[in-house]
Amino acid sequence: MTPLDLPARVNADPVLRRWGRDLSADVLLEVGGQSWLLAIVKGVITQVRQGPFLMPRWDVALRADAEAWADYLRPEPPPGRHDLFALIRFGKLKLEGNPHPFMSHILWFKGALATLRGAAA
Amino acid sequence: MMEDIIGRYMRLELDGVPHRIYVEEAGQGIPLLCLHTAGSDTRQWRGLLNDPAVTRHFRCIAFDLPWHGKSSPPEGWWREEYKLTTAAYAGAVMGVSRALGLEKPLVMGCSIGGRIVLELAAAHGAELGGVIGLQSSAHVTPYYDVSWTHRADVHGGEACAGVVSGLMAPQSPEAERWETLWHYMQGGPGVFRGDLHFYKEEGDLRGRLASIDTAQCPVWLLTGEYDYSCTPEATMEVAAAVPGAKATIMEKLGHFPMSEHYARFAAALAPVLSEVRAARR
Repeated sequence: MTPLDLPARVNADPVLRRWGRDLSADVLLEVGGQSWLLAIVKGVITQVRQGPFLMPRWDVALRADAEAWADYLRPEPPPGRHDLFALIRFGKLKLEGNPHPFMSHILWFKGALATLRGAAA
Repeated sequence: MMEDIIGRYMRLELDGVPHRIYVEEAGQGIPLLCLHTAGSDTRQWRGLLNDPAVTRHFRCIAFDLPWHGKSSPPEGWWREEYKLTTAAYAGAVMGVSRALGLEKPLVMGCSIGGRIVLELAAAHGAELGGVIGLQSSAHVTPYYDVSWTHRADVHGGEACAGVVSGLMAPQSPEAERWETLWHYMQGGPGVFRGDLHFYKEEGDLRGRLASIDTAQCPVWLLTGEYDYSCTPEATMEVAAAVPGAKATIMEKLGHFPMSEHYARFAAALAPVLSEVRAARR
């Protein structure tokens, strides 16, 4: 699974739709050298584009270390790699831009990105 | 089915200020006073207080700190900003213990509770039968801006739950994890942040560890491996600085062992409680 799968996973999840009902933001997700732009409108991921981007515009960016992100996506992730805040704590995930969309919707971001965990991860 | 837990309210003065404190207990025997984490309440101890293997030998008591759970803040709270301090926290624990007439209680606290038991052991060790620190650290370096947990434009309950959700082990049962988060969602405005004032700023106890005499007041430390707030390394630093302290790192548990996965925590706690009982025979 890749971030391109997020709309199918997230938009079909009624719990995430409820957590995200007030979330509208453009989010840049960067893992190592790869990047994706997520357009979110009221908790619905309306578009995902894969980089590279020449002049991306975003509200908040999440930039993850590739190796740590691979651990995060494991079905049973190891301590320190199992959660977005754990990655932040140990310097493996950087939050940039306006923190408000993320900090006001922490449970949505954690839940949405955790849907990428699975067999293909 | 009625549980064996009994809850009552206690009127007492803490630092000269009248308080109404919610206390619940179950069991008989050696007094075991339990301290909840920052921004939460006694419900975190529901597994322990409902465990006959423990309550058969221990009088388990938990209370909500002022401002938490069903303990109201003191009169005039609307005029002040809540900030927990080492002195106020230790005073509350010892005040409740003395008001209950507990003799040589064993005090078990988690997170901020795991921190304050170190101060209790240092300052009041002669009055205690020992301390059990869960997720104990002497200090924590901030890793996010705690002001996000108390803002008019962010739901405080959801932010507090979001901040702490990942501190639990992914293997912990879903129902127990979400029960733990519900308590966080119910905290009063700014209370979690006020507790973190003690946890991340004022309550650096590194200089107090040398005052702990484990011959007088034994110290046990139990820490879940998935905790990235109080890391296993932070607990081992405490253990190294307190001669005689016994530390165990618990696999597949996180920051809220007693609440996120009681059965697994109970297995780690059992040898400690056996040791306590053997020493008192």
